[in-house]
Amino acid sequence: MSSEDGFHQKFKISGGDFSKAGMVSTKVKEILQEIGISPTIVRRAAIATYEAEMNVVMYADIGELTLNITPDIVHFRLEDEGQGIENIEKAMQEGFSTATEEMREMGFGAGMGLPNIKRNADEFKIVSHPGKGTTLDIIFHLNQTI
Amino acid sequence: MKKDHYFHSIRVDTDLCDGRMKCMRACPTQAIRIKDGKAVIKEEKCIDCGECITACPNNAIVPLTDPFGELTKFKHTVAIPSPALYTQFGREILPEKILSGLKKLGFDDAFDMAQTCGEVSFAIQEYIREYEGPKPLISNACPTVVRLIQVKYPSLIDQVIPIEIPRELAGREIKKEKSTQLGLKEKEIGAFYLTPCPAKMISIKQPAEKGKSSLDGAISISDIYGPLLTAMEGVENKSYRKALESICILGIGWAMVGGICRTLRLKNSLAVSGLGEIIKVFNDIERGNLRNIDFIEAYSCHQGCVGGSLSVENLYISYNKILKLIETLEFEKIKACPDIREVRKLYKKKHFFIKGKLVPRPLKPLAKDLGEAIKKRKEKEEIYHSLPKIDCGACGSPTCLSFAEDVVMDEAEITDCFFKLPKKFRELSEELTKIFEKLSLMDSAYVPQEKTSKSKESQK
Repeated sequence: MSSEDGFHQKFKISGGDFSKAGMVSTKVKEILQEIGISPTIVRRAAIATYEAEMNVVMYADIGELTLNITPDIVHFRLEDEGQGIENIEKAMQEGFSTATEEMREMGFGAGMGLPNIKRNADEFKIVSHPGKGTTLDIIFHLNQTI
Repeated sequence: MKKDHYFHSIRVDTDLCDGRMKCMRACPTQAIRIKDGKAVIKEEKCIDCGECITACPNNAIVPLTDPFGELTKFKHTVAIPSPALYTQFGREILPEKILSGLKKLGFDDAFDMAQTCGEVSFAIQEYIREYEGPKPLISNACPTVVRLIQVKYPSLIDQVIPIEIPRELAGREIKKEKSTQLGLKEKEIGAFYLTPCPAKMISIKQPAEKGKSSLDGAISISDIYGPLLTAMEGVENKSYRKALESICILGIGWAMVGGICRTLRLKNSLAVSGLGEIIKVFNDIERGNLRNIDFIEAYSCHQGCVGGSLSVENLYISYNKILKLIETLEFEKIKACPDIREVRKLYKKKHFFIKGKLVPRPLKPLAKDLGEAIKKRKEKEEIYHSLPKIDCGACGSPTCLSFAEDVVMDEAEITDCFFKLPKKFRELSEELTKIFEKLSLMDSAYVPQEKTSKSKESQK
């Protein structure tokens, strides 16, 4: 996994901006398609990055998605500055959500975000510092036989 | 490897094209470039939506529909008008009169497709009822939407309804019926679709499912409009009530957006029109956001087929005419429609299913080899960052990003960008200055050429 021959790009995500939500995951999807990543992985990556992007929009002040593609893996790192997650184990449970009433009315906050990312990714890591922010690593392997 | 070749229903007339870029800017898939002052369509990116036809001020983008003369190739001809044709005339002109007009124009018969549309509505109901896969299901009525899914949303392909579209079913059934009735072979019968858009033409010449179309051609509504108007003048008006009674209340709405949804009686369905809007909705589906929606009806043209680039009447007027007609039918309590029990029987016999399978047609990646593709994508990003990002189009590509891709793919030169010219000029002028300096040096010193190199060396 030399980073020399890889593709890297960073995308800013602003917390609270629901009108632009989803734009980063759409851009990422287009890049994956142009490179010729298989449609199944593209779809899984689209879902995972969208959920991760929405988490930043809903709960953080500001965030950044770093995309790294090498011939072996697609790696998304999402770093945000914000409230962080108190109890990761709980947050990983389906149906658990700390979303506000307003968010739920908009159709968000069903408590499926993190579980959905984990389900779609090949590897998933989460580190959070309450009061500071959260870092997610979402990885897809490209050399799998489909 | 064999190069994939896609048939398209759109051609550029290079005599008429003066490279004004209207089409390039209108194209939703960025399939048009301007090369040497003329529009060029990149066929693998084109989805035949017809936006460029509407945008061109010179009528230089020509839809490839069939000329009327094609009719003479067949022993018996049948016109199958899109229900959009019914909305092109005054409100008092009902389908029955239009069908009679078509017969006067030279078709041996004219078939009202609304009835078939009604049957397909019932068949879709059955399909949705039995379906257990990921949702929402997506209508296949608009061929441009089907191509869009093949090209840009291959992961949604299994959500496209596999029920045959009404025009194909109508063609198939008419040929069967007429051949027994008239003792003709099926190939001696010509079934012609009267189309409001060029996209239907490709779905006839090259069905997305790779099978063979049951239709023999498509004639543009705009081509037939004038002659049909004249032909209808002599048609005597039958009783208004009788004419209303022949209209299938389910099928008549199929030419407008929402026309299918209203016949399905679902709790959650959406109707979308306009490619930009469809792309937003499809992005949402792909992210798994619309799983609670059962069915999506999508048309690339605004307001549905009535907004097709080959229709004549204002699309909002057309749309409204259908609504009013449906209102009238409901008010008069005229509810002609197919027998649902018959449709269910046929459905069980697989009467409505498409024979072929819809397969993805993803855009070619930047390179076949993954490593090479990653490298190219990186180059594209670097080039893009060096560009002004104002999408002026002067280079002949619709956006700076698409230009960056063209450069990476060796289809354009970086100096095609106006903003790169000053730098190029500076480089050239610096080079020229050097040459001039060298020349003037030579001039002043009157040094014979072979000695110049020596004198240079001594300088070092």
